[in-house]
Amino acid sequence: MKILVCISNVPDTTTKITFTSNNTQFNTAGVQFIVNPYDEIALSRAIELCEGGKGTVTVINVGESQTDPTIRKALAIGADDAVRINAAPRDAYFTAYQIAEYAKTTEFDMILCGRESIDYNGSQVAAMIGEFLDIPSVSIIKKLDYDGSTATIEREIEGGKEVITISGKFVASCSEGTAEPKIPNMRGIMSARTKPLITAEAKDIEAVTKVQEFETPAPRGAVKLVPAEETAKLIDLLHQEAKVI
Amino acid sequence: MSVLVYVEQVDGKFKKSVFEAVSYAKSIADQQSTNLTAISIGNVDESELKTLGQYGASKVLNVSNEQLQHFVNQAYASVITEAAKKENADIIVLSNSFSGKGLAPRIAVKLKAGLVDGATELPKIDGGKFTVKKSAFSGKAFATVEISSAIKVIALNPNAFGVKESGAEAVIETFSPEVKSTDLAAIVKEIVRATNKVSLPDAEIVVSGGRGLKGPENWGMIEELANLLGAATACSKPVSDADWRPHSEHVGQTGIAISPNLYIAIGISGAIQHLAGVSSSKVIVVINKDPEAPFFKVADYGIVGDAFEIVPKLIEALKAHKG
Ligand SMILES: Cc1cc2nc3c(=O)[nH]c(=O)nc-3n(C[C@H](O)[C@H](O)[C@H](O)COP(=O)(O)OP(=O)(O)OC[C@H]3O[C@@H](n4cnc5c(N)ncnc54)[C@H](O)[C@@H]3O)c2cc1C
Ligand SMILES: Nc1ncnc2c1ncn2[C@@H]1O[C@H](COP(=O)(O)O)[C@@H](O)[C@H]1O
Repeated sequence: MKILVCISNVPDTTTKITFTSNNTQFNTAGVQFIVNPYDEIALSRAIELCEGGKGTVTVINVGESQTDPTIRKALAIGADDAVRINAAPRDAYFTAYQIAEYAKTTEFDMILCGRESIDYNGSQVAAMIGEFLDIPSVSIIKKLDYDGSTATIEREIEGGKEVITISGKFVASCSEGTAEPKIPNMRGIMSARTKPLITAEAKDIEAVTKVQEFETPAPRGAVKLVPAEETAKLIDLLHQEAKVI
Repeated sequence: MSVLVYVEQVDGKFKKSVFEAVSYAKSIADQQSTNLTAISIGNVDESELKTLGQYGASKVLNVSNEQLQHFVNQAYASVITEAAKKENADIIVLSNSFSGKGLAPRIAVKLKAGLVDGATELPKIDGGKFTVKKSAFSGKAFATVEISSAIKVIALNPNAFGVKESGAEAVIETFSPEVKSTDLAAIVKEIVRATNKVSLPDAEIVVSGGRGLKGPENWGMIEELANLLGAATACSKPVSDADWRPHSEHVGQTGIAISPNLYIAIGISGAIQHLAGVSSSKVIVVINKDPEAPFFKVADYGIVGDAFEIVPKLIEALKAHKG
């Protein structure tokens, strides 16, 4: 079995988000980059499915050389090898196309992504890869089992879950529940340095979207505190002033 | 040119988020001086389809093919794409629901269209540029995104636009596109849905509990408060990590991002990762015994006190308020 796991390189979750160049660029100064947390879940499930010599896990990233440390982190967690498609990810369409084109050149049984990248929050790449390859895709899954040919998948729906089976290749985007994120151990960190990380050239394709400008939400006014002894007053305020109940 | 909106049905009914998507699509159609067509897939009664007219759909394409009773994104994407071609639609609108997230990207690829997922405002057309505002960085920022392709796909965030009645009459038309068997490779085996609960992503009011509640046995009062408010329940990450509550209730940067009209946070400290997913709520209420809890800095209303005293009092006050 061979599993491809797509990982994106995102700012650490504690990052204070600011922008430069007239609010057109995310300010990366002093920002720590990490493996997108959902991709860690996808990677961890892939590693579990391949345990005991049942298969290998290849991580794929579309990015420039500064993403290599993030890729090494994924190798330290337990991926067998890595491919970096050498291009700045311009938009989801561009990124998914690169991954799909690479997938066409290699054997694989499934492609796992995270449910969304925590920077642009597109939730787009996984289903786009599925469409470019004309294979099924399931977005926002919370459970994945595989018997060597058929996958049984649970996906999140409003107020519940749906169980789906797929025989043959597919793409899935993983959220919490799919696996406990694995933490790299010393051996993993040591071996990550020597695991293969190859780079591939990007294919030509136009991006179809582009961020024009970022902004941060307007700050809220000061909090109105209601004394604990006057709890009932909160209900009045929510009803009469805020008009939300 | 026209606008097409996909109307997702659940057990033959449309939810508020669908009426929002139709209202939003109607406003776009008005902007572009064109018509709005809706497409519904699955078994929906004529009377339910007619309701879409109230929100501005002048036509509803009704696809009730036996093979398409269950949502399979690959097949639904093909059907919606066929409808877009038939209607000569250049803007396609969906709700940014769980299913919408699996569907919109596939439609975008089929039509070589740019997609904005999580739209929060109407598009702007300025100097030939078509831009849409969306939330980014898990609610820590907004991005204005230009779509440069001829065809555009927009997935609207729940609670972002509201419902607007425009009271048109909808004509219902049967649409029966061919379905490829390869589009049906994913097989839906089972659907489990709690019907008695308000679903979190599109809830207007959310009552959320954190580690301050000490244990799962204390969630009774959270659920009672939520029931009285017609609210959905949510929780912080450590709470779902400890299995006090299901993962599907976890909100924040690595959970669900929500923007209800009212978010009530009880016993939650307000860590940056938690705030990321909830800070676009319209009104935030914080109940915490620690006056220094960071959550108070982003709250509209707050009570400093012990949740185990405050919440029962709130429940009493609400009951009194409701009469
Ligand atoms: C990569 C990463 C991603 C993360 N993603 C998320 C995410 O998506 N969502 C999320 O929520 N967290 C997330 N976290 C975790 C986050 O950093 C915090 O640890 C978490 O939000 C804290 O949860 P809490 O507020 O319930 O618990 P605590 O921080 O322990 O806070 C409990 C609060 O309850 C109050 N309290 C205690 N007793 C009472 C009482 N009797 N009455 C009233 N108040 C009381 C305390 O004063 C305190 O403020 C993430 C962390 C990381 C590293
Ligand atoms: N540049 C990238 N390289 C590889 N995979 C990516 C990249 N960007 C996004 N992905 C994958 O696609 C998922 C969803 O990303 P997005 O559609 O951007 O929210 C991520 O969780 C990753 O698994």
